[in-house]
Amino acid sequence: MSSNGDLDVRAPAVLVDSLSKRYGDLEAVRGIDFEVLVNETFGFLGPNGAGKTTTISMLCTLVRPTGGRALVGGHDVVGERDEVRRNIGLVFQDTTLDGYLTAEQNLRLHAELYGMPRETVAPRMQQVMEMVQLWDRRGHLVNTFSGGMKRRLEIARGLLHSPRVLFLDEPTVGLDPQTRSSIWSYITKLKREEEITIFLTTHYMDEAEYCDRIAIMDQGKIVALDTPQALKESVGADRVQIHTGDDPAAIEALQERFGIQAGTAEGAVTFRVPSGEEFVPRLFAELGQPIKSVSVSRPSLDDVFMSYTGTTIRDAEASGNDRNRNMARMMAR
Amino acid sequence: MAHQTPTEAVPASVSSPRPAGGQAQHAAVRVPARSLRGELRAIKIVWKRELIRFSRDRLRMLTSLMQPFLFLFILGTGLSSIAAAGTHGVNLRTFVYPGVLCMAVMFTAMFSAASIVWDREFGFLREMMVAPVRRSSIVLGKCLGGATVAALQGVIVLAIAGLVDVPYVPVMILEIFALQLLLAFSITAFGVMAAARVKQMQSFMALTQMVILPMFFISGAMFPVSGLPQWLAVLNRLDPLTYAVDPMRRAVFAHLNISEAARKALDPGVTWFGWRVPGLLEAGVVAVLGIAMLAIAIAEFSRVE
Repeated sequence: MSSNGDLDVRAPAVLVDSLSKRYGDLEAVRGIDFEVLVNETFGFLGPNGAGKTTTISMLCTLVRPTGGRALVGGHDVVGERDEVRRNIGLVFQDTTLDGYLTAEQNLRLHAELYGMPRETVAPRMQQVMEMVQLWDRRGHLVNTFSGGMKRRLEIARGLLHSPRVLFLDEPTVGLDPQTRSSIWSYITKLKREEEITIFLTTHYMDEAEYCDRIAIMDQGKIVALDTPQALKESVGADRVQIHTGDDPAAIEALQERFGIQAGTAEGAVTFRVPSGEEFVPRLFAELGQPIKSVSVSRPSLDDVFMSYTGTTIRDAEASGNDRNRNMARMMAR
Repeated sequence: MAHQTPTEAVPASVSSPRPAGGQAQHAAVRVPARSLRGELRAIKIVWKRELIRFSRDRLRMLTSLMQPFLFLFILGTGLSSIAAAGTHGVNLRTFVYPGVLCMAVMFTAMFSAASIVWDREFGFLREMMVAPVRRSSIVLGKCLGGATVAALQGVIVLAIAGLVDVPYVPVMILEIFALQLLLAFSITAFGVMAAARVKQMQSFMALTQMVILPMFFISGAMFPVSGLPQWLAVLNRLDPLTYAVDPMRRAVFAHLNISEAARKALDPGVTWFGWRVPGLLEAGVVAVLGIAMLAIAIAEFSRVE
């Protein structure tokens, strides 16, 4: 999970024990349990409104849980709020920078609020700003920054006081694909350069791949938790798509010869088999129908999400619990 | 804030606080436990932020001077001919000057407090709220910042005293500046208290108009407070702003070379059942109200969520 060998003897960076949050009669988080190891990158994956932001807000002491408990860096998020706050860095979904201050002034304000030892402020500030390549823009007003630059600056600010756990709530939401990938390259670099546990939420499947482990959250519950690899393997079957001259005949032949239920998706005959690559030679030999092309794909996290929640993440968002989503939006304020 | 951290002696120094075994390439920074020094630093930086923002906002500086200048030079000049009969030869502009000194401070202070509403809308409030410092430090820094900015604005109006026949006497200037600071602080505290509950800018602005304007008009900033009809006299004595305007006027009139009749007519002073309220007590009323509102503001912002 991490480059460090001595993980096991350390206390987990985050420990969550039947944590729940209720808003009136709405259960946003329904008793979840998990642990995040030290120096791990842990992702919360789920559609908007799944309870990710509520969970992260509870861990950051911004929202008081209605049940269960959570420890961050060994400190209780309710009873030892200040201890928790000193040990965490936060990057929220929406920007929390002061646009009328320069980048440097924003960071300096943060350093003062966190009571950083004075002599450490300047070198550390340069270090984090160089990491996100904003050092030469330090004197500019934040209002003149693009969305991606603001997000980078927020990541730098979140790191300024060397937190043990960095919380990133949808760090790339609302950014264009190019900026998203650059944000990820900073996060990857950060993992190399600093000893830090990263806890992030995302609803982008491809981003979950960067995590050491992910928890899939749906309707306030964790439905699966493992490494991306293990989760994909748990789905088991590969997806095989073939183009044929006569699709109904091919589907019938698959049923007859191999006992496989196939359907059409994306204009191709589609079915699942445990090891697709080994199946392809048999397919050509025994199907008895001309095949124009064949593609085999390993399960993606989309497939994982589908198999655990019975829906794709996009569908879950489209039809998802609106009330829940509004609540999430409200909490994000 | 309900929870008090047990005092943990953490030296404020550069050290690697993490358990061994890390591959961190640089010295990590340890955030020290909460201390009085830490709180003072937080108050100072929140205060400083107000000043930085104000210095960037030239337009705000100009616009907030607009209203006092309109009252002083347009209204003061326009009404001077019909007012001449009652002012015993004193320029009407001189008479309204102390009221205008208050006005300049009030509106700027309200503006400063309004920025907390903006901060919430733009998310910056959250950056301050999750910091490991007391909320009271944040609120206090904000009020002191608002007070300083407003008092600076007041200084500009103070500087034009000569234009309305008020002499530049150092004692008077100090007195006025101190009163402006006090008033600005109390008004900011009021605004911050309101901003804890009123979360939208439009509502906040509406509230300001609803509260500040009547307070200003009733306070006697534009008229002498003696010989008023009973109902207005009662309202006037209940208006907190009365106790800022009156000492301000007293400070100005103490240094004017005018007839006794004019002094009596224009600076009668606030009375409680016939007793002339001393200036220091008046300032005390403003201070106590300001501190009470600050306390409410702190309590409101200290609640979780």
